[in-house]
Amino acid sequence: MTTVSLDAARTALSSACGDVTDAGPADAVDGVPATLVARPGSTAETAAVLQAAAGHGLTVVPRGRGTKLSWGRPPERADLVLDTSRMSAVLDHAAGDLIVHTQAGTLLADVQATVGSAGQRLSLDEAVPGSSIGGALATNTSGPGRLVVGTARDLLLGVTLVRADGVIAKAGGRVVKNVAGYDLGKLVIGSFGTLAVITDAVFRLHPLPAAERFVTVPFGTAEDAAALVQTMVHAQVVPAAVEVEWRVDGAGTVGVLLGGTPTGVEARTAATLQLLGAGAEAAETPPPGWGVLPWRDDADLPEVGLKLTCALSGLAPVLDTARRAAADVGVPLTLRGSGGAGVLYGALAADAPVDAVAAVVERTRTACTAHGGSLVVLEAPAAVQAAVDTWGPVPAIDLMRRVKEQFDPERRLAPGRFVGGI
Amino acid sequence: MSGTHGTETTAGPVLGDIPPEATAATGEAGDNAAGVAAVGRVARALMPTTGVISDPTELRTYECDGLAHYRVTPALVVLPETTEQLAAVVRACAEHGVPFVARGSGTGLSGGALPRADGVLIVTSRMRTIREVRRADQRAVLEPGVINLDVTRAATGEGYYYAPDPSSQQICSIGGNLAENSGGAHCLKYGFTSNHVLGAELVTPQGDVVQLGGLAPDAPGYDLLGTVVGSEGTLGIATTATVRVVRLPEEVRTLLVGFRSTDDAGAATSAIIGSGVLPAAIEMMDALAIEAAEAAVHCNYPDGAGAVLVIELDGPSAEVQHEYDVVERLCQEHGSFELRLAIDATERALIWKGRKSAFAAVGRISPDYIVQDGVIPRTALPEVLRAIADLSSSSGVRVANVFHAGDGNLHPLVLFDDAKPGAGEAAEQVSGAILDLCISHGGAITGEHGVGVDKAAYMPKMFTDDDLDTMQLVRCAFDPGGIANPGKVFPTPRLCGEVPGKRKHAHPLVEAGLADAF
Ligand SMILES: Cc1cc2nc3c(=O)[nH]c(=O)nc-3n(C[C@H](O)C(O)[C@H](O)COP(=O)(O)OP(=O)(O)OC[C@H]3O[C@@H](n4cnc5c(N)ncnc54)[C@H](O)[C@@H]3O)c2cc1C
Ligand SMILES: Cc1cc2nc3c(=O)[nH]c(=O)nc-3n(C[C@H](O)[C@H](O)[C@H](O)COP(=O)(O)OP(=O)(O)OC[C@H]3O[C@@H](n4cnc5c(N)ncnc54)[C@H](O)[C@@H]3O)c2cc1C
Repeated sequence: MTTVSLDAARTALSSACGDVTDAGPADAVDGVPATLVARPGSTAETAAVLQAAAGHGLTVVPRGRGTKLSWGRPPERADLVLDTSRMSAVLDHAAGDLIVHTQAGTLLADVQATVGSAGQRLSLDEAVPGSSIGGALATNTSGPGRLVVGTARDLLLGVTLVRADGVIAKAGGRVVKNVAGYDLGKLVIGSFGTLAVITDAVFRLHPLPAAERFVTVPFGTAEDAAALVQTMVHAQVVPAAVEVEWRVDGAGTVGVLLGGTPTGVEARTAATLQLLGAGAEAAETPPPGWGVLPWRDDADLPEVGLKLTCALSGLAPVLDTARRAAADVGVPLTLRGSGGAGVLYGALAADAPVDAVAAVVERTRTACTAHGGSLVVLEAPAAVQAAVDTWGPVPAIDLMRRVKEQFDPERRLAPGRFVGGI
Repeated sequence: MSGTHGTETTAGPVLGDIPPEATAATGEAGDNAAGVAAVGRVARALMPTTGVISDPTELRTYECDGLAHYRVTPALVVLPETTEQLAAVVRACAEHGVPFVARGSGTGLSGGALPRADGVLIVTSRMRTIREVRRADQRAVLEPGVINLDVTRAATGEGYYYAPDPSSQQICSIGGNLAENSGGAHCLKYGFTSNHVLGAELVTPQGDVVQLGGLAPDAPGYDLLGTVVGSEGTLGIATTATVRVVRLPEEVRTLLVGFRSTDDAGAATSAIIGSGVLPAAIEMMDALAIEAAEAAVHCNYPDGAGAVLVIELDGPSAEVQHEYDVVERLCQEHGSFELRLAIDATERALIWKGRKSAFAAVGRISPDYIVQDGVIPRTALPEVLRAIADLSSSSGVRVANVFHAGDGNLHPLVLFDDAKPGAGEAAEQVSGAILDLCISHGGAITGEHGVGVDKAAYMPKMFTDDDLDTMQLVRCAFDPGGIANPGKVFPTPRLCGEVPGKRKHAHPLVEAGLADAF
């Protein structure tokens, strides 16, 4: 595009939204330089920005707080970064109804502070510190609490979206039960900004538990870990989380969170200690690493971050295969995640040779898919991203392409970032 | 309006003819007869003769679902036994441009399974195998015609159950539940069908078989499954469902609490929800609903109650004891005059019998009635119930309330006698005014019965044209030909334009070299 049309695009964007600047190096999206940054302050401004971008053929990458912008594949182009950070208000907390309505650029932590003052919480764990609501939805991050309360799809009640063509649409509503119309919220969760820009969202809330206790027990083998997880998920103590951590040095821990009333938690902790047997210990505070993704957040030298899923009965073979695959190529591997929900995260060192990473990914992916799950490379140095199939096989990819084609026929929202090159 | 129940499903149309906005949904008999015949030939080649119905008398058995005043005789009915047969029939429909409608058990209350006069009704009642209950995975894999309650029956031996429990659970199918995102009394704590369906095999409107989700969570890519659940059969037909089964709780306590008024019972409900206690269920019945239930099943609810709450607490015993103490205190603070705790399974069953039979029981006190389904914020319960009472007294139309109070999901039963001239219309007006109340309180026009043909005309009251247009982009992606349950959910269909092409490359401007300098 010529300078003239860049100027024209800048002018059009500036009349759509008061806050438009030239992008700097820090605005690059996973290594892809951006040209302009717009910070709309409302849904209407977001719509005007997207209309202007459409009029000038600009590709657009939505950005929350930029904490996970390196997830997924790098976009093909990033003409315009649409930054939601000026849309950072909690619009309404209806404590008696246990719902919250918030703008998408709001920090998850700020939402928690607001609803926390009424003894409530939005049961989305902050897997990556500093996340915005929009970013957490678009990447579908989750943490230990997913075991009982589920993930974003189980908590989101309503959503406002702006389409690539600037049309504003909402779906769902402000009540906990509602089956009127298609549930577009589910569609944008985990869509990595490729379908629409989320501008606000309504969530159901849960009461904060009065008491919490963590019980941990060491394990030595994948089979032991899986057996401990099975014990907990079939018990009637209703754990809020069942986590598995397998460190590089081979030390393994199963961690269980119990939340509820003080007397209830005391009795359930005693029952859990009994169930888990020798070596189990209870504590008031979480064990180290609890709820934190296992890879180091280093923009210059990112570690390889993997997400593994499987049916619960596949936990032992998946843990075992991943660990053997890493050992066979001499690369240290940390595994951590919601074992009780069939979700694990893996971290491989940033300097691991590309071939070695590819071998670990391939062998582990085979084990995951054999047990009904998948393996996704969420984060990796550019050389690794170029050499491995980061998303892996995606059933129903044709239907997904058709959805993208309907929502964004010109492929202007974060093109190339998502599965199958979407 | 939602679900008119005569006492008999064979009763003639109660509210007159299908309204104009619904006729677009039903098609004309005889249209595309050649296409229908071609689909019939494909079906006959694949299925036993009893699996393909074209005899007019037999076809009429399928003319309505639970919303019996809409009736349309389908052009053809097929009852496939396998995914392959079902997909072949759908492929034939696509090839010949013949609309199709899926049907499970036909208990839907919004006309979702209302047939097309020019189309094929695809019934899943011969696909009723529970493929697996996988205890280690806490999942069950089901064919679409499996009856909801049978899942729990198959899992209890393993200490598990299927949580979503619509009152129709003895007859409704998992496929219908999936399509409607059905709820039930215990969804307050455990969530709706969408929270429990983790995978599905879907036959798309082109007849392709795709797997969405599965045994593991978070499948990569768009959450198409989440969009298909609740889409009322407009995005394809589910041929298997992988569902979560839930560990049976250590303890269950069922309480029946009598109040003088719905105001008090509503305030108690709000107080319980606000206190941080999350019961498995909080259901409310008002005096008229109690009267009907007493007449039908002699459930022996408290004398003189203006409203009762059925509250169920479940979980680890140590937590249930605490919750019980809180609930008892809050009920007393809000004017309860009697609280009964079921001490055994028989007593518990009796408490639930009154609640679960309430819809049918209303037939004892009124020849006809409309089942409405709307949602309000839970804190608005007392106010909205009072407004409904005012509507009832000013119009002279009786309204019985029996509903999922904990979720704010109202089911007002609007009573009338169709033999009296104008009574049906008056009832319809009250029923519509109740929906308007829900909307004006920030609620929803349906909490679990779906939009179907019945409420398509109400969608614009809740959503803008742009909202509906955007939803239909999904429809166009799945069903560009518009043959899957056409005319349901949306008041006006969206023209999908060209059938989605294969363009997967860069933006055309980039390809043309016009926009590459950016
Ligand atoms: C231990 C640890 C390690 C981490 N490692 C990394 C790492 O290696 N690399 C890294 O980048 N981050 C990492 N993170 C941070 C992760 O930053 C975030 O996960 C966060 O949730 C994203 O929120 P955000 O607002 O920053 O989203 P962003 O990063 O701004 O965006 C994330 C994605 O969502 C899309 N998006 C954002 N907002 C919207 C919206 N309103 N509508 C539609 N789409 C939207 C974006 O286009 C993008 O695809 C790590 C965090 C921790 C704790
Ligand atoms: C007495 C009574 C009580 C009820 N109580 C409740 C309640 O408590 N909660 C509640 O939510 N509902 C309730 N309902 C409504 C109804 O039972 C539910 O909507 C149920 O899920 C419908 O299941 P079905 O098998 O009868 O579906 P049908 O009525 O046959 O079909 C319903 C819809 O699903 C579609 N469909 C059916 N099978 C498939 C498939 N395999 N794939 C794709 N689409 C399909 C149909 O096209 C139609 O749109 C009640 C109904 C009655 C009569």
